[in-house]
Amino acid sequence: MAQTLYEKLWNSHVVRTEADGTALLYIDRHLVHEVTSPQAFEGLKLAGRKPWRISSIVATADHNTPTDHWEQGIQDPVSRQQVETLDANIREVGALAYFPFRDPRQGIVHVIGPENGATLPGMTVVCGDSHTSTHGAFACLAHGIGTSEVEHVLATQCLLQKKSKTLLIRVEGQLGRGVSAKDVALAIIGRIGTAGGTGYAIEFGGSAIRSLSMEGRMTLCNMAIEAGARAGMVAVDQTTIDYLKNRSFSPRGEIWDRAVAYWRTLVSDPEARFDAVIDFDAARIEPQITWGTSPEMVAAVGDAVPAPEDFADPVKRDGVARALQYMGLSPRTPLKSIKVDKVFIGSCTNSRIEDLRIAAAVVRGRHKADNVKAVLVVPGSGLVKQQAEAEGLDKIFRAAGFEWRQPGCSMCLAMNADRLEPGERCASTSNRNFEGRQGAGGRTHLVSPAMAAAAAIAGHFADVRELA
Amino acid sequence: MRPFTIHEGLVAPLDRANVDTDAIIPKQFLKSIKRSGFGPNAFDEWRYLDLGEPGRDNSKRPLNPDFVLNQPRYSGASILLTRDNFGCGSSREHAPWALEDFGFRALIGTSFADIFYNNCFKNGLLPITLPAEAIQSLFDLVTAVPGSTLKIDLAAQTVARPDGVALHFDVDPFRKECLLNGWDDIGLTLRHAELIKEFEARRRIEQPWLFA
Repeated sequence: MAQTLYEKLWNSHVVRTEADGTALLYIDRHLVHEVTSPQAFEGLKLAGRKPWRISSIVATADHNTPTDHWEQGIQDPVSRQQVETLDANIREVGALAYFPFRDPRQGIVHVIGPENGATLPGMTVVCGDSHTSTHGAFACLAHGIGTSEVEHVLATQCLLQKKSKTLLIRVEGQLGRGVSAKDVALAIIGRIGTAGGTGYAIEFGGSAIRSLSMEGRMTLCNMAIEAGARAGMVAVDQTTIDYLKNRSFSPRGEIWDRAVAYWRTLVSDPEARFDAVIDFDAARIEPQITWGTSPEMVAAVGDAVPAPEDFADPVKRDGVARALQYMGLSPRTPLKSIKVDKVFIGSCTNSRIEDLRIAAAVVRGRHKADNVKAVLVVPGSGLVKQQAEAEGLDKIFRAAGFEWRQPGCSMCLAMNADRLEPGERCASTSNRNFEGRQGAGGRTHLVSPAMAAAAAIAGHFADVRELA
Repeated sequence: MRPFTIHEGLVAPLDRANVDTDAIIPKQFLKSIKRSGFGPNAFDEWRYLDLGEPGRDNSKRPLNPDFVLNQPRYSGASILLTRDNFGCGSSREHAPWALEDFGFRALIGTSFADIFYNNCFKNGLLPITLPAEAIQSLFDLVTAVPGSTLKIDLAAQTVARPDGVALHFDVDPFRKECLLNGWDDIGLTLRHAELIKEFEARRRIEQPWLFA
């Protein structure tokens, strides 16, 4: 029978099934970071249990780590304790790979997995982090889990799961100039809402998706969770295989050939049926900017901030009124007139080499506007940083008055010292514009790397396509 | 895990959609390496007028009188009534830990985000989904009548109003069984250790690159 990619991935990992359909799924790759793992390691120890398969674990410290003055270590004692706890746990338990604070290959967990070839097609990938959906770009079944489930996977190499429904989001045609995967993700969320994908696993397909690089596909799958879907995925094609060739943990020789032959089957069969299909026209997607406190509160760059009365549903209307108050915005304000205080280019959504190249191309030969207090460029990993420096991107950013930082999650969630002060407004390439996400009282507008760079130069939101 | 069978308690209404886990427990409290003690910082940015930091004495902080959970009539609430997409965003299990530590045993809303929904069941916290009309009727009841309680019976899958009207809710049979009995998932799964080993051994032959 014809199967979707999700069904193939699901079926190939079921160890057993309960009467109500709850399945025990085998987990191939377990990514671990410092924030959501300490209680799981402690629980394992208290119960006298041992990890099932150490070689499935790839770990790094990313959420708490500072992005400057690495020579001083971690100043915040609470953050330091959490990172040291991860060090101690991995030392005791072991791992396939551990990239601790200041390691040349340290970085955001969703950047280092793929770039080291630790994320391979056909895998089940879990991590105590909702943006694990990123790895679906490699035709993996990848999703975030809670800490109890982290402990469950450590102890049993399995996860108890109910099968999701399937949603195909098809984006056909060619993306316009200045429009990237981030804009596609935001446009999708703007249409279907942040709960639009709840209960579904999303497959992204269509010619516009096939034209995306692996970096772009990761950006898109990363944001699947912001559409409510635990997992997003893209089928394997030549782009996937070319990306994986010769990565550290990618197979080699005869095993590589066998793997590739299998990976090529990881596509939805032509006759496969999805529970829902939604179509998008790539050519009609414009650069996006969020104006509220949920990723679904988004509009095209040429639009204005809406008014609460534009929304018929009273709960939604109240939500919009509350969001505008928090964001300090009046209805009908053109998005391009909104000034920004800070700009953040980074996060597991947009901190890969392609993102930095795009931002640098906008910035080259220009300087940040005077009203912009700080522009942070935070590469996703040590390897991304190295590559960017080899290409001279750091020099372009520095010449523009931007700060070139060390890798980490940084101001996406502001667990380290990088944050917004109350009332500050930020153009951010991250994934969440929730109240307080980038610092208590901070105001976040989600945009693509090109649009963030344009805002930094102009001092307010600007259409990157109009930047002469 | 604490079993959930029947619970009757005071209901607090949190009348907004898309309540995210960053709002339920802000990031600075995620630096803890413990799984308890998050209750005083549940909804921290809405609940207090100042900025919360780990290690502060929360009893000395100024409360936001406008926040619903600070209103005396909802003091001691153990059931949270809410709207669409509660628990969206970050997968942090600190969110159900904070709600449970605050004193909630059940949440009732029109929908819950997937990861959060799952996390609740691991912590003896019952998330109940009801249709929008039923939720609206509960909001009307709770705001109109101070001291409104609801009685939740997991075995019968009902939410009973004080007037005796019982609303039926759906729950997966396996999750229900685990929660009714307070079972430890890991212990349950390890009963199938032999099956897992066989599966793994087969996989090692078929896809050796996964076991490098």
